[in-house]
Amino acid sequence: MAEYIIETAKGKWEVVVGLEIHCQIISKSKIFSGASTEFGDEPNTNVSFVDAGMPGMLPTLNKECVHQAVKTGLGLNAKINKYSEFSRKNYFYADMPTDYQITQFRYPIVGEGSISVDLSDGSVKTIGIERMHIEQDAGKSIHDLSPTKSFIDLNRAGVGLMEIVTKPDFRSPEEAGAFLRKLRSILRYLGTCDGNMDEGSMRCDVNVSVRPYGSSEFRTRCEMKNVNSVKFVMQAIENEAKRHIEVYENGGQVEQETRQFDPNTGLTKVMRKKEFAHDYRYFPEPDLPPLILSDEYINSVKAEMIELPDAKKQRFVETMGLTAYDASVLCENKENADFFEKAAAGHDAKKVANWMMSDFFAMLNKKHLDISQSPVSPENLGALVELITKEVISGKIAKDVFEIMSETGENPEKIVEEKGLKQVTDTSAIEAIINQVIADNPDNVAAYKAGKTNLAGWFVGQTLKLSQGKANPQIVNKLVKEKLDN
Amino acid sequence: MSDITKLTVHETLKALKNKEFSAVELTEAYIKNMENGRHYNAYITECADKAREQAKVADKNYQSGNIRLLEGIPLGIKDLFCTKDIRTTAASHILDNFVPPYESTVTQNLLNDGAVFLGKLNLDEFAMGGSNETSYFGPVINPWSKDKDLVPGGSSGGSATAVAANMCAASTGTDTGGSIREPAAFCGCTGIKPTYGRCSRYGIVAFASSLDQAGPIAKDVEDCALLLKSMAGFDEKDSTSCEIAVPDYVSSLTGDIKGLVVGMPKEYRPEGLNPEVASYWDKAAEYLRARGAIVKEISLPHTKYALATYYVLAPAEASSNLARYDGIRYGFRAQGNGNLDELYINTRTLGFGKEVKRRIMIGTYVLSAGYYDAYYLKAQKMRRLIHDDFMKAFKQCDIILTPTSPITAFPIGDESMLNNPINMYLNDVFTVSVNLAGLPALSLPIGLSSDGLPLGMQLIGKPFDEETIFKVAAKLEIDAKFERK
Amino acid sequence: MAIDNETVKRVAFLSRLKVDDDKIDATKEEFNKILLWIEELNEINTDNVEPLISVNDVNLRVRDDEVTAGNCRKEILQNAPSAEYDYFAVPKVVE
Repeated sequence: MAEYIIETAKGKWEVVVGLEIHCQIISKSKIFSGASTEFGDEPNTNVSFVDAGMPGMLPTLNKECVHQAVKTGLGLNAKINKYSEFSRKNYFYADMPTDYQITQFRYPIVGEGSISVDLSDGSVKTIGIERMHIEQDAGKSIHDLSPTKSFIDLNRAGVGLMEIVTKPDFRSPEEAGAFLRKLRSILRYLGTCDGNMDEGSMRCDVNVSVRPYGSSEFRTRCEMKNVNSVKFVMQAIENEAKRHIEVYENGGQVEQETRQFDPNTGLTKVMRKKEFAHDYRYFPEPDLPPLILSDEYINSVKAEMIELPDAKKQRFVETMGLTAYDASVLCENKENADFFEKAAAGHDAKKVANWMMSDFFAMLNKKHLDISQSPVSPENLGALVELITKEVISGKIAKDVFEIMSETGENPEKIVEEKGLKQVTDTSAIEAIINQVIADNPDNVAAYKAGKTNLAGWFVGQTLKLSQGKANPQIVNKLVKEKLDN
Repeated sequence: MSDITKLTVHETLKALKNKEFSAVELTEAYIKNMENGRHYNAYITECADKAREQAKVADKNYQSGNIRLLEGIPLGIKDLFCTKDIRTTAASHILDNFVPPYESTVTQNLLNDGAVFLGKLNLDEFAMGGSNETSYFGPVINPWSKDKDLVPGGSSGGSATAVAANMCAASTGTDTGGSIREPAAFCGCTGIKPTYGRCSRYGIVAFASSLDQAGPIAKDVEDCALLLKSMAGFDEKDSTSCEIAVPDYVSSLTGDIKGLVVGMPKEYRPEGLNPEVASYWDKAAEYLRARGAIVKEISLPHTKYALATYYVLAPAEASSNLARYDGIRYGFRAQGNGNLDELYINTRTLGFGKEVKRRIMIGTYVLSAGYYDAYYLKAQKMRRLIHDDFMKAFKQCDIILTPTSPITAFPIGDESMLNNPINMYLNDVFTVSVNLAGLPALSLPIGLSSDGLPLGMQLIGKPFDEETIFKVAAKLEIDAKFERK
Repeated sequence: MAIDNETVKRVAFLSRLKVDDDKIDATKEEFNKILLWIEELNEINTDNVEPLISVNDVNLRVRDDEVTAGNCRKEILQNAPSAEYDYFAVPKVVE
C-alpha cells in the first residue's frame, strides 16, 4: 500500500487524522419536536414552541430518527446499543434556543464499527468508527444583512443529526476523501441522509496531527470545523499537516486549537479565542428517560436492510464480470446501480457497463438530467447492447441509434427497423460494393500491390461509406484484404 | 347571604347545582376579595374581566345541565403555569412582560373541566425559595400574620395565601422540594404533591425537571382530591409523564383505615426538634391508632443527606433550565450591549434576582469539568440510596406520617434567614426527600402553635398511591378539627 | 474543596452572570459555606451504587414522524424583544 509521507529538508513525517461527520437525518419532523424539517422555507416558519425554547416546553423523541440511526449503525457494521441516554451539552449561542443542545454524551445509540475504503492503488483500508450518536441541529445565523446586527432563523433548530466519530485511522488526505465518498454513498443507499455537503446536510470536522514517520505517538491535534466538501477536507488535511510540520521543525509546539478552513486560500486560521474555554457541563437530560431498544426491534431493522454498496459491488464483479473499478463507479449511487442491473439483465453486462459509463452518462450530463429523468430506459439500453452483441448493427451505427433513442425515448429495434440501419452481413452484397470500389480506384489498387498495404484501411473506409455504414466492419476488413491480396 | 367565599369547592359545587347562587355571583364575590386583599400581594396579575366571561359560560352550563367537574369554580393559578394570552412571569423581572401563546396541560385540564381563572399568583422567583421573599413583585403576607408580617412559606406562597384568605376557591402550586406542602402548612391549608409523572410538566416553567410536580392547594382534603383528579393525567407532550389511569380520588376519602400500617421515621425526630411540632406529630399518630391503624417506627437512614443531595441536583438542573432566559426570543433584554455575550450577561444579571443567580452559579459549579463526579454524580447516587430507603420502608408500612415543617411561619425579612441561605434551606428537611424519591405527599393542618400559627402534618405515600394518602388524610382532618380562618 | 476568586469569575461567565469585583470575595465565601455543607455527602461510600437517572424507571416513549407543529411564526416572534425581517435580531456576531 502506498504511504503518504511528507518529506522536508529536515525529516519525514506522517499525518494522523480523525473525522467527526454530522449528518442531517431524513425525516418529516424534527428529532424532538413536531415541526417540519423542510429546507428552504421562509424564516422561522418551521419552528414550534419547543424549538423556540419557550418556557415550559419539553422534548419528545421522533421514532423515525431512532430508526434511521439504527439503520445507519447497521450500515456502518457497528454495534447497536440497546441502552442509550440523552445528555445536555450546555453553552450559550444565539442559534441555540435553549442554550443547551440535547445530544448523547456518555451512552450513544451506536458503538464501534468499521467501513472499508477502496484506494486508487487498488488496496483496501479499513477505517474504524468509534461511535455514532443522535442530537439536535442548531438554527442559522445570518451575519451579512446588517452591519450591526445578526439575524437568527430557527427553521433548522431541532432537525435531527447523526454524529459519526471515526477512530484516528486516516493516514492520508486520499483516505479521508475516499471514506467520505463511501460514507455518503452508504447514507444515500439507506436513505438516512442525503449527504449534500454543499447544502450543509453533511458537515465534516477534521482533526489533524502529525508525527515523525514510523513513530506511533499521538501529538497535539487541531480541529477544523464544518469543512463542506470532500475536496476541501483533503486540502485542509494537507495544508494543516504542513503547518504543523513547519511549527515542529522550527522548534515550536503545536497548540491545541479550533481552526477555520478558508476555502479561498486553502489555509486554516485560528478562531478567536474565548476568555474562558468551553466547559459543556454534560449531564443526563432529565426531560427524557433512557432509550431502551429491544432485540426484536433491532432485528426488525436488520431485516429491512438493503444490499449496501460493498456487497453490491462484489456481486457485480463476481457474477457479472465487471472490473472492480467499473463496479465501484456504478455502485457509488444506488439509482445508477439499479439502472445498470435492469439494463444488464439478460445481456452482456460488461458492454452495458461500458455504454453506461461513456455515452449514457455523457448524454445525461449534456442534457442536465438526473438518471431518474433519463429518456433512455434501462430496458432499451440493454436492448441496444443486445443488438450489437447479435451483430444486428455495428458499434458505430449503435451510437447513431443511441442518439435517436435519447431524443425520442424509442426502443432501438423500432429505430433500426424504421431507418433500415440493420447491419449488412450478406457477404455477396458486401463483395459487390468492394468490387465496385476496387474497380473505381485502380491507382490505389496498384499502390497497394506495390507495397502500401495500409491503403487497405482506405478501401475499408470507402466500402463502409458506400454501404452507409451498415456493412459489418469485420467482414469488410476480411474481404477487402482477401480481394486485394489476390 | 353568608360569605360564599368561605365554602370549600365541593360545598360550592353543591350550592351551584342547587342554584343557591350563580357562578357569576360566586366569581364576583371572589373578585371582590381579591381586590380587597391586595395588601397580601398574593396576585401578580388579576384577570377579573376574563373570569366574568368564564363565569357566564358556567352559568349557561348549569342552565342546560351540561355540568363539568369544576364548573364555575374560581381558581388562582401559580404564576409558573403558562396561561395562553395571560401574562406569565415566574415572579421574575426577566419574564415580566412574557405572554405565552400556549396553555400548560394542567391549566388546560382545569379549563376543560369548567374552572374560572381569577388571576396569576405570586411565588418565589422561578420557584426558588421557601418564603415567597424572592419574588420580583415583592413578598406575600401570610393571612395568619398578627402584629408582624409573616411569610406564607414558599415557593407557592401566593397560592396558599389566596386560599387561606378566600381570594380563590382553590389554587394550583408546584412542588420541587416542598413548595406546595410548606406554604400549605404555614397558611393552614391542605396541599398535595402527587407522584412524579402524575401531572404533566408541559407548559410549566421548569425549575428542576426531575423534581418538579404540579398539585393543588385547597381548603380541605376533599377539594385537593377533586382538583388533583382534574389536573392529573398522561400527556404525550411530556416524556416523563406516566401512562397510569387517574383514579376517582374523591371516592378514596371514605372507608376505614383499620389495620393500615403507618410508619414514623425515627430520623425525623432529631435532637432539638421543636417540642410543639413533636407533640402534634405524636397526637396525629394517636388519632390514627384510635381508628385502628397500626403505627410503628421505621427508619430512613439517609435522611440527613437529603438536603445536601437536593441542593446539588436542583441548582444543577436549574442552571441549565434557566439558560434559555437570554433576552433573545422573549422576556426582558438589557440595553446597551456591544456584543452577544454582553447581551447575555447584562440581561441575566439585571433580570434575575439574588437567590436565582446564587443557585444558577452553584448549579454551574457542581456540573463543571472536574467536579461532576464529586458533586453531581455523587448526589445522583445519594438519590438512589434515599429512594431505596423509602422502597424498603414501604415493605413495612403502607404510609408514612411526619411533620411538614420543623417551624411555623416566620417574619418577613428575618435576619437569620436572609444572612445565611443555609438556614432557609434547612426548613426543607422534612419535604425534600419526597421529591428526590418521586413520591406523593400531602400536608394538612393539624393544629395551631402556642403563638396561634398553623402547623402541618405530612403523609407520604407509595408511588402512585395518592388514594391511601387521601383516605388517611380525610380521617386526620376530621380528628384534628382545624378551623380555617 | 474551597474555591478561589478565579473560579468564581469563571463560573459566573459560564452562567453569563456578572459578579461585581467588590462582591467577588463575598460571593466566594457564600459558595464555600454552601459547598462545605454539601460535602457531608462524602461521609457515605457510594462506590457500588447506581446513580438514579429516572425516578419512574420508564423507557423513553417515541412519537410518530408527522408534522404536527410549526407554521406559527407570528406567535414565535410575538414576545421577541427585537425581531426584524421575520428573524430574531441580536448584536452582530463575528465568527
